[in-house]
Amino acid sequence: MPALTELERAYAQARLDPNFRKEFQHSLHQYAGRATPLYFAERLTQKLGGAKIYLKREDLCHTGAHKINNTLGQILLARKMGKERIIAETGAGQHGVATATVAARFGLECEIFMGKEDVARQSLNVFRMKLLGAKMRVVEAGSQTLKDAMNEALRDWVTHVRNTYYLIGSVAGPHPYPMMVRDFQSVIGKEARRQFLKAEGRLPDYLVACVGGGSNSMGLFYPFVRDPKVRMLGVEAAGRGLRTGKHAASILGGEVGVLHGSKSYVLQDERGQIRETHSIAAGLDYPGVGPELSYLRDRGRVQFVSATDSEAIEAIKFLAEVEGIIPALESAHAVAAVMRLAPRLAKHRTVIINLSGRGDKDMTTVGDYLGVRL
Amino acid sequence: MSCIARKLAELQKRGEAALIPFVTAGDPNLATTLKILRALEKGGADCIELGIPFSDPTADGPTIQRSSERALKNGLSLPRIFQLVRQFRRTSEVPIVLFGYFNPIFHYGLENFCRAAARAGADGILCVDLPPEESAELKRWTDTEGLDLIFLLSPTSGPDRVQLVAGKGRGFIYYVSVTGVTGARQALDDQLRSQVARVRRATSLPVGVGFGISTPKQAAWIAGFADAAVVGSALVERIEKAKGGAEKARCAGAFVSELKRAMKQVAKKS
Repeated sequence: MPALTELERAYAQARLDPNFRKEFQHSLHQYAGRATPLYFAERLTQKLGGAKIYLKREDLCHTGAHKINNTLGQILLARKMGKERIIAETGAGQHGVATATVAARFGLECEIFMGKEDVARQSLNVFRMKLLGAKMRVVEAGSQTLKDAMNEALRDWVTHVRNTYYLIGSVAGPHPYPMMVRDFQSVIGKEARRQFLKAEGRLPDYLVACVGGGSNSMGLFYPFVRDPKVRMLGVEAAGRGLRTGKHAASILGGEVGVLHGSKSYVLQDERGQIRETHSIAAGLDYPGVGPELSYLRDRGRVQFVSATDSEAIEAIKFLAEVEGIIPALESAHAVAAVMRLAPRLAKHRTVIINLSGRGDKDMTTVGDYLGVRL
Repeated sequence: MSCIARKLAELQKRGEAALIPFVTAGDPNLATTLKILRALEKGGADCIELGIPFSDPTADGPTIQRSSERALKNGLSLPRIFQLVRQFRRTSEVPIVLFGYFNPIFHYGLENFCRAAARAGADGILCVDLPPEESAELKRWTDTEGLDLIFLLSPTSGPDRVQLVAGKGRGFIYYVSVTGVTGARQALDDQLRSQVARVRRATSLPVGVGFGISTPKQAAWIAGFADAAVVGSALVERIEKAKGGAEKARCAGAFVSELKRAMKQVAKKS
């Protein structure tokens, strides 16, 4: 708790500090390569035959996903707080890579916690993190995925709290993380809003994003929350199907609980034990979801649907073939939902998909799924 | 005064510190845990912390993580833990603190949990991931049911927090001896004595020390300046290594009596 209070104070100061904001903006622009394009996906729109579809190209950020937005913000904060060591958890490895990247950029020591199963299915990202000078901590406890990596990072943090900054990658975990990560990621929605207004002269009808912990969706949604006509759709990972129990859809399939310091929808059994999750997308393989997303769902502001592993694979193939863009398995869940949604909408309707990451890291997984040996 | 407070006060009068062993309920099964609890009492435990296993024990090191996994694999649930406490209560008056994480308790329902725990004969609740700032609802029900809600303090707790816990805590204050998770340690911090003194000045509650205490020598050192010593991982490790229920109980009892003997010698000296 004292560590969280310290962080809360530091962040409250930083967010009002013009120098901090300037430095953050500068890094987003010069280092992460922002602004990312809001791309009108013409062929995708034609093929689906309904609503006009735009892609917010977070896959074009440095390191290949939106994760860098948040890690840049938090590393600047860590530096301001005088911390020497950065730790982070990672599922797909994108947050780990983004953290290792900024740690290298600012010359801070970095250790990444990753579940053993994720290490196996994301070997490319593991290698990238090592190349970036991060030390890998392979977590063998529990289900050996993201939640266990987070458990272990929390354990490390309480042990080395004085010199260590815990850089959480999602809008989950204890306060102030959900708020802070949302704020740093909301650059996605702010840009998209401006870009869309410029392109279409009005606001979009739908925003669609995949939801694991929820950082890319909160980043896109937040600047539109007070625009009641903009509908928001969160897409959870249905894994092998919601009825099979092998999924990671915390909002659609979970109950209210407390995990990692926040009260939200949690996948749990009848005893209140946290359930093991499954998704082909390691970045969605988390039994909880950001508390603010749960709140927005309860208020009816964000609707939730899901996409299965095989729908995500189909979406990757489809987007690759019609647009020449290979999305990450995570982002492919959002594409899959739009493949169902867009044909049902009139042609004057508009949709923004948050294309949160690129698919290079997933080629082995996709190959395995399709029975192609790489 | 609650059973826990009374027990600790009684020992304090004799210049003795309490020994509070921790075991995970249902590791590896409930029949064994019952045998172990009885052995702990026989060995000289003054109070017992009974761990409610959780799938994601973020405050625990590998030893207790493993024991929780074993217990959960065998289908352990809260109603069965209450049944265990009830069975133990038939023959024993040793106070019992249920030590666990918030989600299983929340899922069961705070009111139902407290009522069932009190009826089964538990004396206190320690919810390791529930900070005092968020504890009002649980405290309402522990107070209603006459259970002690025990809070943790650690070396990073500032004066405000010490005050907060001194005001809200019941039974005793659990002082975490190290920054970190549970687990046996080779060495404890030299500053522990002054840190515990700082807490004692702020409260009339007894102060127990835990996390990392693993040898009779360490327990005896703690007994020199704190009101209680909690020994968890070192005990759970012995239980893990021993083969068979009877042998596990015997090892647990023997270790506890060794710890207690060392702690008593300090009492005599001072």
